[in-house]
Amino acid sequence: MTRWLAAMILATILVGPVHAQSRMAGAEWANQQLPDPTQEAEAKELMESLRCLVCQGQSIADSDADMASDMRALVRRRITEGEDPEDIRAWLVERYGRWITYDPPMDAVTWPLWLLPILLVGFGVWLARGRFRTRKRDG
Amino acid sequence: MIAETGLAALWLAAALCGLQLVFGVMALRSDDSGVATAIRPVAVVQGILTALAFAMLIWLFLRTDLSVELVAANSHSAKPWLYKFAGTWGNHEGSMLLWVAILAASGALVAVFERRLKEKTLIATLAAQAAIGLGFYAFLLFASNPFARLSPAAAEGRGLNPLLQDPGLAFHPPTLYFGYVGISIAFSFAVGALITRDVGPVFARAMRPWILASWIFLTLGIAAGSYWAYYELGWGGWWFWDPVENASLMPWLAATALLHSVTVLATRDALRAWTIMLAVVAFSMSMLGTFLVRSGVLTSVHAFAVDPRRGTFILALLIIYIGGALALYALRVGTVREGSRFEFMSREGALVVNNVLLSAILGIVLIGTLYPLGVEAVTGEQLSVGPPYFNATAGPLALLLVAAMAVGPLLRWRRDEWRNVMGRISLPVLISSLALFALVMFASPIGILPMLGLILAAGVAAASLAPLWKRNLRRTPLFTYGMVIAHLGIAVSMAGMAFESAFSEEVLVAVRPGDTHQVGPYSVTFDNTRPVAGPNWTAVEAGLTVQRGDGQPFTLAPQARMFSSPQTETSEAAIRTAWNGQLYTVLGNGDGSGRWQLRLWWKPFVTLIWLGGILVAFGGLLSLIGRVRRERKTMEREAWA
Repeated sequence: MTRWLAAMILATILVGPVHAQSRMAGAEWANQQLPDPTQEAEAKELMESLRCLVCQGQSIADSDADMASDMRALVRRRITEGEDPEDIRAWLVERYGRWITYDPPMDAVTWPLWLLPILLVGFGVWLARGRFRTRKRDG
Repeated sequence: MIAETGLAALWLAAALCGLQLVFGVMALRSDDSGVATAIRPVAVVQGILTALAFAMLIWLFLRTDLSVELVAANSHSAKPWLYKFAGTWGNHEGSMLLWVAILAASGALVAVFERRLKEKTLIATLAAQAAIGLGFYAFLLFASNPFARLSPAAAEGRGLNPLLQDPGLAFHPPTLYFGYVGISIAFSFAVGALITRDVGPVFARAMRPWILASWIFLTLGIAAGSYWAYYELGWGGWWFWDPVENASLMPWLAATALLHSVTVLATRDALRAWTIMLAVVAFSMSMLGTFLVRSGVLTSVHAFAVDPRRGTFILALLIIYIGGALALYALRVGTVREGSRFEFMSREGALVVNNVLLSAILGIVLIGTLYPLGVEAVTGEQLSVGPPYFNATAGPLALLLVAAMAVGPLLRWRRDEWRNVMGRISLPVLISSLALFALVMFASPIGILPMLGLILAAGVAAASLAPLWKRNLRRTPLFTYGMVIAHLGIAVSMAGMAFESAFSEEVLVAVRPGDTHQVGPYSVTFDNTRPVAGPNWTAVEAGLTVQRGDGQPFTLAPQARMFSSPQTETSEAAIRTAWNGQLYTVLGNGDGSGRWQLRLWWKPFVTLIWLGGILVAFGGLLSLIGRVRRERKTMEREAWA
């Protein structure tokens, strides 16, 4: 409980800048879609892969928390300004750390995460091959 | 007195559990038939006693006995009775008691019904079950006592998390636990067979119904949990790749793989060591999940009171049991012969492909779930792994798996010819091609995963029915029907997932009374809001008039609820189910000047996701009945001979 509280307080402090910005312009985008369907689709994909920092394992696209709506407003506003979704993600990761993105970027800490699935499949295939009899030997 | 009775029953059960282990070891060491015959009754009485303890806890919750700490901390006198009842397991101690009760019940059921297994192996199995039980009894009695008294008694309870105040709480946790903990039987069977070196087809046939039974519950529990999250959280999502969901998915993946490998072992006496390994892994995943969810390393609606001591306790149990089982496996696996070999193009070959893919998916889910915890432990940095990772890695493997599922049942055992196989799958391939054509021609462009999902679902649905083709339907065994229906269920569920993610329509608007919005085939008019009150909440309810084309208009009333104890806001979605999808409506916040946020979704064929899940479980049930019947007949025949 204390850890969770601490995380919440921390997140509230961290999110200060987002708060300030969203209050200034574009707060209406928290709960409204962008008129351009392509832009909205881009924003939605990004929002679904950003963690709501004060929630219990929800993305900002799936949360009623104030912080999530502020971040939705931020994402949609920046998309309308023509920013690339991955740049927005990088900007957020730089400020709030890797915790904020559900799509872990490939870097020094996360490369094993992306490599292991491939190794797993390879290992599985290698292991299974030993079970099979080749047709030649079978005659 | 109720609490004391419950506690006494629990202590007695723990003592009997110890006795069961001692008897088991004694019977295995000598050929003392007296001890051997006592072990079954001991297991049964142990099961009855934990059931009694659990009944006592339910009774305390129904009476809202506030002199019991657990009740005071998690219940409230003004709660509807259903949530008083289901609230019994809506907290840490209660859910752990349910866990142990099901563990003991599983052992008791094996003691009563298992007749096929060799006597020595059965004794070893019951001893293994008792060994697991002892650890968890200790956990309950020393670190999570549900019956602790509170003196003086509380004036009022603190209430139950409102997110849990839903009929789903009565159904989802018990069902899931029956599967989650029931799979302990497979673990104990594996340990038992390793001890007595009894791994073979007879053992596999004895173990199969138990795996099937827990797998059915696991399937239902996961489907129920998914639907509950879908309608309760108010954003229309049905799977979040949340660590807690993963904790339930991992045992399911292992159990599904086990179900298929045990069939190879039963039919062809192959994959012996592998099947034993899977049985150990399946319940290890359950214990790992229990650790993740109950220790507080994750924050989630499933993690209740967080107490680091408890986490360490479960972690210790985890290490002892998984480590012990793996050590035994390492010691004995040399004595387990590999069994017969087979060709790639055969039923066994397809089942091996199934096992490799399921295990790889399991590995990915495991890595994705544990990796952030590992990184945090080492560097202190927090990292998130979510849907984009799992969809990208496990998604393609799942599609491959489903494709293999279409072909597998059409193959012969031992060896088959490519030519013949091509002939058998030509019709499903044609249907898939037609689906591809239709999607490209008539639908708006969609993502690659949903696209492949829809195409595959169409072909696989056809292929899953193919094993019945040209067969005498009255003489086809029940378990074949079971397989057909379960595989069809997978195709149905996958179609639902693909439809939902490809063709959902979302409308997020701020509305004033009289505003109308179109979503999917429906036009939704916002009429008004009104206050309503329930037994322990108040709410703002929106009145929506909905019309589909020129059809009869109807009303929907989504609510934004405020619970008083504890103070929480939840949104209650109002959902209209049509044959081809669901209209999902949620009321958000008001802005104070008469405008309200409204979230509307049209989700075509979304219900197929859970309908498919039910079909899978139903297929499992038919299979279970078919297998048990067949075993009975075999036993009768053997008795005559």
